[in-house]
Amino acid sequence: MTSLILRTGARVLMPLLLLFGVFLLLRGHNEPGGGFVGGLVVAAAYALHSFAFGVAAARRALLVSPRRLTASGLLLALGSGLLGPAGGKEFLASLWPAPEMGIGTPLLFDLGVFLVVIGVVLTMTFTLFEEL
Amino acid sequence: MRPEMLVYAALVLVSAALLIAFVRVVRGPTLPDRVVAVDLIGVCAAGLSVLGAAVSGQRGFLDAAVVIALLGFLGTVAYARYAEKESLK
Repeated sequence: MTSLILRTGARVLMPLLLLFGVFLLLRGHNEPGGGFVGGLVVAAAYALHSFAFGVAAARRALLVSPRRLTASGLLLALGSGLLGPAGGKEFLASLWPAPEMGIGTPLLFDLGVFLVVIGVVLTMTFTLFEEL
Repeated sequence: MRPEMLVYAALVLVSAALLIAFVRVVRGPTLPDRVVAVDLIGVCAAGLSVLGAAVSGQRGFLDAAVVIALLGFLGTVAYARYAEKESLK
């Protein structure tokens, strides 16, 4: 059932995948990437962890429940949209307090998408895998 | 002979390998044959992606290759677990 090769490989690959997911999220403004792809890569990293060490261990490694991740991501995306009206512009308008660093409300929105994708994909994966 | 010719030759060869692996997926008599062939298709896709980056100069293809290379084996692992479960029944 549990394979030593898979466990060792997962231990090496997991940090790489998490780092690459965050890299895709942060680079996604003008180049290929973004919250959705980054979220998928991070979710795949946790799916790999659940393959190697079991679903319970993957849930512990995630620290928060996937459902809570989905909810907080949706709230974050909504909040980034509401910052526009607060700044005197329309809903979902982009505000760039530090444009030279690429930091603005689109990054917040993308972070929300990132969390929603991780939450939804991991809810599906963990549920399927627990039933298997 | 120009260096681009080598890239195009590699594109043709990797595409041929992908097609042959696909034939094995369709015809493969047992499940392990098909699983290994699907894994090979993933490796070929990563190679094609890198070659596409070399031909077009688009750096985005390299990221796709990294994702395919890192995650390609995940499906194989899932199939392996499934095959293990089936054989235990």
